[in-house]
Amino acid sequence: MEYVIEMRNIRKEFPGIVANDNVTLQVQKGEIHALLGENGAGKSTLMNVLFGLYQPEQGEIYIKGEKVDITDPNIANNLGIGMVHQHFMLVENFTVTENIILGREITTGGRIDLKKAAKEIQKLSDQYGLRVDPYAKIENISVGMQQRVEILKTLYRGAEILIFDEPTAVLTPQEIHELMEILKKLVAEGKSIILITHKLKEIMEACDRCTVIRRGRGIGTVDVASSSPRHLAEMMVGREVNFKVEKQPAQPKGAVLEITNLVVEDSRKVPVVNELNLQVKSGEILGIAGVDGNGQTELLEAITGLHKVKSGTVTLNGENITNQKPRKVTQSGLGHIPQDRHKHGLVLDFSIGTNMVLQTYYQQPFSKHKILKFQTIHNKAKALIDEFDVRTPSIHTPARALSGGNQQKAIIAREVDRSPDFLIAAQPTRGLDVGAIEFIHSKLIQERDKGKAVLLVSFELDEIMHVSDRIAVIYEGKIVAIVDPKETTEQELGLLMAGGKKDKAGDKV
Amino acid sequence: MKMMKGRFFPILVPVFSVILGLIIGAIIMLVSGYDPIAAYGALVTGVFGDSYNLGETVRTATPLILSGLAVAFAFRTGLFNIGVEGQVLVGWLASVYVGISLDAPMVIHLPLAILAGALAGAIWGVIPGLLKAKFKVHEVITTIMMNYIALYGTNGIIRAYLLQPGERTKDIKSSASLGSAFLGELTEGSRMHYGLIVAIIVAVIMWFILWKTTTGYELRAVGFNQHASQYAGINVSKNIILAMAISGAFAGVAGTMEGLGTFQYMSINNAFTGVGFDGIAVSLLGANGSIGIIVAAFLFGGLKQGALEMSSAAGVPTELVGIIIALIIFFVACSYLVHWLTNRFTKGGKL
Repeated sequence: MEYVIEMRNIRKEFPGIVANDNVTLQVQKGEIHALLGENGAGKSTLMNVLFGLYQPEQGEIYIKGEKVDITDPNIANNLGIGMVHQHFMLVENFTVTENIILGREITTGGRIDLKKAAKEIQKLSDQYGLRVDPYAKIENISVGMQQRVEILKTLYRGAEILIFDEPTAVLTPQEIHELMEILKKLVAEGKSIILITHKLKEIMEACDRCTVIRRGRGIGTVDVASSSPRHLAEMMVGREVNFKVEKQPAQPKGAVLEITNLVVEDSRKVPVVNELNLQVKSGEILGIAGVDGNGQTELLEAITGLHKVKSGTVTLNGENITNQKPRKVTQSGLGHIPQDRHKHGLVLDFSIGTNMVLQTYYQQPFSKHKILKFQTIHNKAKALIDEFDVRTPSIHTPARALSGGNQQKAIIAREVDRSPDFLIAAQPTRGLDVGAIEFIHSKLIQERDKGKAVLLVSFELDEIMHVSDRIAVIYEGKIVAIVDPKETTEQELGLLMAGGKKDKAGDKV
Repeated sequence: MKMMKGRFFPILVPVFSVILGLIIGAIIMLVSGYDPIAAYGALVTGVFGDSYNLGETVRTATPLILSGLAVAFAFRTGLFNIGVEGQVLVGWLASVYVGISLDAPMVIHLPLAILAGALAGAIWGVIPGLLKAKFKVHEVITTIMMNYIALYGTNGIIRAYLLQPGERTKDIKSSASLGSAFLGELTEGSRMHYGLIVAIIVAVIMWFILWKTTTGYELRAVGFNQHASQYAGINVSKNIILAMAISGAFAGVAGTMEGLGTFQYMSINNAFTGVGFDGIAVSLLGANGSIGIIVAAFLFGGLKQGALEMSSAAGVPTELVGIIIALIIFFVACSYLVHWLTNRFTKGGKL
């Protein structure tokens, strides 16, 4: 059997670690081949070897049966390998066409022939059902379309083998669905695809075969059709994984957070949160379901004091915190696991130990008379790192050097440790692997069982359905329905999220 | 070597840069027909040759320590204070004004004059800080402009209110002077003054604020990540303004070194003093750390002082030292290149 790509016994070392150890990957022509592994398992390293960014210490690469030596990305390109990166490599203020032809410009008499290029791109776009406007500017198009531009870029360069690096991490559920359709279309047209992911659902939905890597080692390749998510997860983490979130029924008590007629305007004075009412009770997890951009971010920022409230009130533990400073809100009993952990959750250049007191450094015992008490801070950090199983070489390691899962665990450790009565968890498991997700969900439920109120915002319907005790659906800045996760379905939620059944609005709760 | 590289790399870059700068300086001398060995010999004599030269080196280095600290403090908090030059000038003038116009015993007069300089520098720093915090105006632009306002503003004030024969102000009263007959005598009449003590105290203050206090924690957090700081309840605007105030105050104290130490007066400046701009280089070479900055300031002070001897004894123009300093900074800025070279050397010398 000839493979379109065959990587045999690849070994790649970095100072102090073996990133790939005897990994074999065989991709057949016309298949979608998943490359599955936890964060830091060595998936990206392997793909960077294939793409010519790293040179392996051992092992061979064959493309269509021929042994090749890929020493730089240009060689990979010429061999028909294209990569769609997780973080797009696009020039924001260029048009789609200009971006795609960048480096491969068609010229007539020294001038770039944009028209001809645009026509070609339109043709490619139609052929694969990508629906991209060649004349649109990148800064004006959605993330999903930007990704399709990246796909076009590889196709324009004649790629036969497309590598997708965690392509769904940045997409909404609808866009994910569209992407899966595009992948299927691409293989139908004879392309081969490697999909790097740790999302089992996507593998089950779209992939033909799956190669699993764990801690740098190749674990094996399976046919997806004859496998199950449980089996794949076990291969990935090396132990049994509990998918069903284990929890007792909620015992909700009085309301901890109360929002009445909240209006928040964006910079253009458009109300993005519009007369919103919501209660979160002690001892429950309230999930907010909604399509991105329906006011979730502004709602959270308004609660936490980061965004000005136009009208309405927010009370926490009976105390009016409307338009209070973030620190005041925090002191009133709020814990916040922010949506963007790099931007909002951590100071990446600080050590992980120092990050542990980002909210409390000014209080005793971490400082006295404005002088920091490093001994106390370090002891605290050590205790939290042990308790929350944050894997770090030491407390002095910069937060930047930790994996995403461990960064998130550190943030949760910091927020939960203050024992706030009200905890906001915004996209708490975004981009994390199964093991870390399991851990984080169990921590949220643990807080709930201690009688805390938890507000969970997530774009992952699965997460909302499994973890929440009540689900509030947000649409155009309003809560349009409150449903019981045991009685609803993904279809019903999807409909509500798209603005259906608006008249039945369970606005007052 | 691998072990060493991690720990010593921050020191390795400046050291390599200095060596490379000196080597290339020698090549330039050779090409232009000077004798580099004689020149560098004269340079060394010019710094260490006698106690006068040593005293003058210390004097030259003193304001550079402070302007370096000013740049570094802002940098540590994520700001580029290009306005140290202007803050030096206003600090200089304010200290001289207090030095001339007040009558008090030294224990009061001298600290007061230094504080006046610090305050003037702080105010000059706060203006760009405010503009940045409130209106998001980039501090590089505003601080550069503030330099010009400071240069012509101080000249204007001297001309209008303080002018004495010789395009300068009166001398300050001795009760506000950092000058010392004892140090002068010790160094055969150099203008070395007690300012070094002030500079070292400020270096300790900077280290203490940045690394030991909650204020420093906030300043550094804001410097690295404004968003996360805001989420953590830190007042970002306040910290930007505070950082510029402290940085400006350090620069103002650098100005007092000239006003209360070296010159004892202020003259009308036709051009910038260069103390502020050299501070950027010192801070860069000193890796933004207190000790590094003191070492770097002495290196620059030595080079500048030794250059005089180089031109008189070896006939090499003083401008060559300017070139060498520029080369050193160039290589520090290109630390990536130096990194690469050291990597190649440690990997068995295959270049």
